[in-house]
Amino acid sequence: MSYQFKWSVLWSGQSGGWLLQGVATTLAISGLAWILAAALGILAGAARTVPWRPLRIAGTFYVEFFRNVPLLVWMFFWYFGVPPLLPRGVQHWLFNHSAEFWAGMFALGVYHGARMSEVIRSGINSIPRTQFEASVAMGLTTFQAYRLIIVPIALRLIVPPATNESLNLLKNSSVALTISVAELTFQTRQVETYTAKAIEALTAGTLIYLVLCVSIAWVMARVERRFAIPGLIARGG
Amino acid sequence: MLDFGVIVANFKFLVVQGLFGLGGFAGGTLRLAIPAIVLGFVLGIFVGLARLARSRFVSLPATLYVEFFRGVPLVMVIFWIWFIIPQLLRLPIPEYGVALTAFVIFEAAYFGEIIRAGIQSVPRGQVEAATAVGLTSAQTMRFVVLPQAIRNMVPALVTQMIVLFKDTSLASIIGYVDLTKAAQIVNNREIKPFELYLFIAVVYFVLTYSMSLFARRFERRLAS
Repeated sequence: MSYQFKWSVLWSGQSGGWLLQGVATTLAISGLAWILAAALGILAGAARTVPWRPLRIAGTFYVEFFRNVPLLVWMFFWYFGVPPLLPRGVQHWLFNHSAEFWAGMFALGVYHGARMSEVIRSGINSIPRTQFEASVAMGLTTFQAYRLIIVPIALRLIVPPATNESLNLLKNSSVALTISVAELTFQTRQVETYTAKAIEALTAGTLIYLVLCVSIAWVMARVERRFAIPGLIARGG
Repeated sequence: MLDFGVIVANFKFLVVQGLFGLGGFAGGTLRLAIPAIVLGFVLGIFVGLARLARSRFVSLPATLYVEFFRGVPLVMVIFWIWFIIPQLLRLPIPEYGVALTAFVIFEAAYFGEIIRAGIQSVPRGQVEAATAVGLTSAQTMRFVVLPQAIRNMVPALVTQMIVLFKDTSLASIIGYVDLTKAAQIVNNREIKPFELYLFIAVVYFVLTYSMSLFARRFERRLAS
């Protein structure tokens, strides 16, 4: 093979700085999207289990529509499709404040919110129905029962699948390169374009993703142990 | 302001070319998704069985394979294949080959995990009982373990097939003309992003949602 390896391209010149910026952007977009996804996921997941039909239907519609369409299509939709319909002033503000980042963050958060809600719903469904009935019998309203009893228990039950889903979110943030968010995969390609060293650049990007995923999984395993409900058998991931 | 006439005017290009791949471009979402699902599943069976093998020389590489591909974004894998294969083979391969290779390699890791979990969900006593009545280990696998394992796997398998189907949209990044790319091409000419991307979102939704409805009915039939 005629390929000449030259690993030093990764730290000489601008490559190292680009990759670090890419990591920072990946973490920023994933972190913000994760907060949005968790909030939407809890709301929609809880909505699909309440004893009130219209709320269940609204939750089901959101979840099924958003998680059954590719993330890439949502990126294009939120970045190219929606801004032209917004008022002039908002458009101007957006395009002066990295619209691609916010559109990408929003697409990622709304898409993963739908997927996260399925995890949360399965957590809620695994809690015996009597817990809810007992809290209502104690005089809590449905909202209070969810806020104080059902959701807190469910969140402690679902740490392993929620970790999996969070890692999917982190990996899927790479799709934002299609709307030119300068995240890690984008910067990897930039290094590749400038240095013409594809294997080195891709190896660096791949290793960074692996390190990020492994360290998040490690942290979450500790969180799982910390928040495990005593008396319940820890279920394998 | 919204003008859905653009969908009607370009319906043939979007659906016939983009979805089915019949037309001037070598493209099509279904032409990519169906072989990718079948081949990814077949490779996944080998990966899943290899992870359960008694020999560490077989199970360790399979474990590394799974953990590696589950820790890396699919976009990254597509770029790897895109750059590496022409380097190795010294010949350019079309986007279709790149995309199909990337999907099969990537998804086999996920299918492999589902197959492993399905086989492990069969209680150990079943294997012992089958051995006790005199079945060989191949017969045990074929008549006792796999029929029960497959039943347990169906929901996860269908979910993964839907994920893979949606993931094929990423092939548009390297220029493969699938449904997403077809919408981009039309949008470059018509500048109707809202209508076009909403339309393909609905097309994807109809296909994936009918897959999951069909799977639910299939599961009920298996369960009864």
